[in-house]
Amino acid sequence: MTDENLEAKEDLKETSRPSGKSSIGHSSVLRLPESEGVDIDLEESILGPGEKMIVNMGPQHPSTHGVLRVMLELEGETVLRCKPIIGYLHTGMEKTGEELTYAQGATNTTRMDYLSPFANELVFALAAEALLHVEIPPRATWVRMLMCELNRMSSHLMWLATNGMDLGATTMMIFGFRERELILSFFEKTTGLRMNHNYIRVGGIAADLPDGWEDDVDIICSTVEKRLIEYDEFFTGQPIFKKRVDGVGVLAAETAVALSITGPLLRASGVPWDLRKNMPYLAYDEVEFDVVVGTIGDTFDRYAVRINEIRESIRIVRQILDKMPSGDYRAQDSKVTPPPRARIDESMEALIHHFKLFTEGIRVPPGEVYVAVESPRGELGCYMVSDGTGKPSRMHIRAPSFVNLQALPPLLAGTLMADAVAIISSVDPVMGEVDR
Amino acid sequence: MSVEVVVGPLNQKVAHVSRDQYYSYAESLYEDGFHFASDLCGVDYLGNQTRVLPDSVTPERFEVVVSLLSHGSAERIRLRVQIPESDPHVSTLMGIYPGVENMEREAFDLVGIVFDGHPDMTRILLPDGWEGHPLRKDYSVGRVPVQFKGAPGPR
Repeated sequence: MTDENLEAKEDLKETSRPSGKSSIGHSSVLRLPESEGVDIDLEESILGPGEKMIVNMGPQHPSTHGVLRVMLELEGETVLRCKPIIGYLHTGMEKTGEELTYAQGATNTTRMDYLSPFANELVFALAAEALLHVEIPPRATWVRMLMCELNRMSSHLMWLATNGMDLGATTMMIFGFRERELILSFFEKTTGLRMNHNYIRVGGIAADLPDGWEDDVDIICSTVEKRLIEYDEFFTGQPIFKKRVDGVGVLAAETAVALSITGPLLRASGVPWDLRKNMPYLAYDEVEFDVVVGTIGDTFDRYAVRINEIRESIRIVRQILDKMPSGDYRAQDSKVTPPPRARIDESMEALIHHFKLFTEGIRVPPGEVYVAVESPRGELGCYMVSDGTGKPSRMHIRAPSFVNLQALPPLLAGTLMADAVAIISSVDPVMGEVDR
Repeated sequence: MSVEVVVGPLNQKVAHVSRDQYYSYAESLYEDGFHFASDLCGVDYLGNQTRVLPDSVTPERFEVVVSLLSHGSAERIRLRVQIPESDPHVSTLMGIYPGVENMEREAFDLVGIVFDGHPDMTRILLPDGWEGHPLRKDYSVGRVPVQFKGAPGPR
């Protein structure tokens, strides 16, 4: 169904649209207040032919990945317009972030996108370090990169698992979780926790890698690589899967750019934009990898981009294995890094620094900065304003899923209700990050 | 059009624009290849004395900060607009960048800046009946009882 048809069908509520050169995506958004469509009068809900119906999918629907509610305008089984309604998981993390010191801040941000906690910790640490002008030792940079890439693998595996479940491939769900567990046990060994690690901190990382980490990472790489071939057999050429995803939910490249879509969604639409490649941070300019790009931007492309990104991550991790530098894993700056426990007993200066760091926190010079990294879901940004005290004055997180959800109305317009499940799954929203 | 562009940490370009210049300056940046609005947020500077601004800019309580990105030249530019407390209005950028819809709603919800011309200026994260804007500095943490529609009031 084209946009003109939708336009003509619009009679529910006409609202003024801003005039401008770009009205992409406007006509597919259902502009109704949240409360509408909640109390449905059964007496009046019998529809005649051609009449439209508002159906709420979620917030408890199993395929909405948590607590996403999508208000759908249906005509028969066809979705005309929709509006994602969010906020059910809102816990005010940006406000909490203003009350936590820079040392505590990572514990807060790591809980936003709970499937890729390292990316969240990283962006917070990078923003604070940009204001501090502190030099990070190379080993810390490379360990950060290693953890982020392993995390990208685990996050995409998790996506494969839930996507399989949404499409009825329960085997894939078990497989995805099985491989992810391998990676999570390595995280547990290194950081002490399977998720929400608080491992990447301002000034470096919390602890060095455990002994024998090379073997663990090597086993992860070879196992996942082998299993990816199995997934290919499962999905890539499989007729039932192809029928569900081929040509379903096509997102044009210009729509994606106009709607500020990032990550695998944008790349599946054919835009070769990856912050790791185009605006390198950490040491991504020293490793070789390819940016995976789709062709038409349908649900299959989004699947293909993600499964191939796992392969690229394995490639990066193997290079990190070879190139991992030795040395410090924390910045040797006593205003940022707490002194080692043993030094506190013998040095008055170390005791003072320790006391100051843990009562007042790291003092970050006043200023404002925007830092962005490529999380598994897209551009994860942190806008930080410091007023010179031990806590950020403003800590805004640009959450990729929050913005990517704007792709839902144009993606769902004109599709069947059954495809909606496959499409919502392919957008891969993490509600913890959407609502913050 | 005189817009002061300063360079901040990490060589980030920051443009201080007035409210009147805001839309037209964003439009001219769009013509220059900045086709992608990556971030938009509101900031409350109440009680923050450390803000450094160019001499030509009058400091106000609120700021709207927009981060634009050019895919072609791989560079970013940040727009900072001063918004007075007495009249927290600014025009929406949705005519140029439809992708800022959610972000502007979030800035309205949490900081209370109204974007004129936005087709759906409602709360996005908090419930519709919520009072106040939590990310304002005079909205304290942990003192307000949890508000839910239809819930019984405090004892």
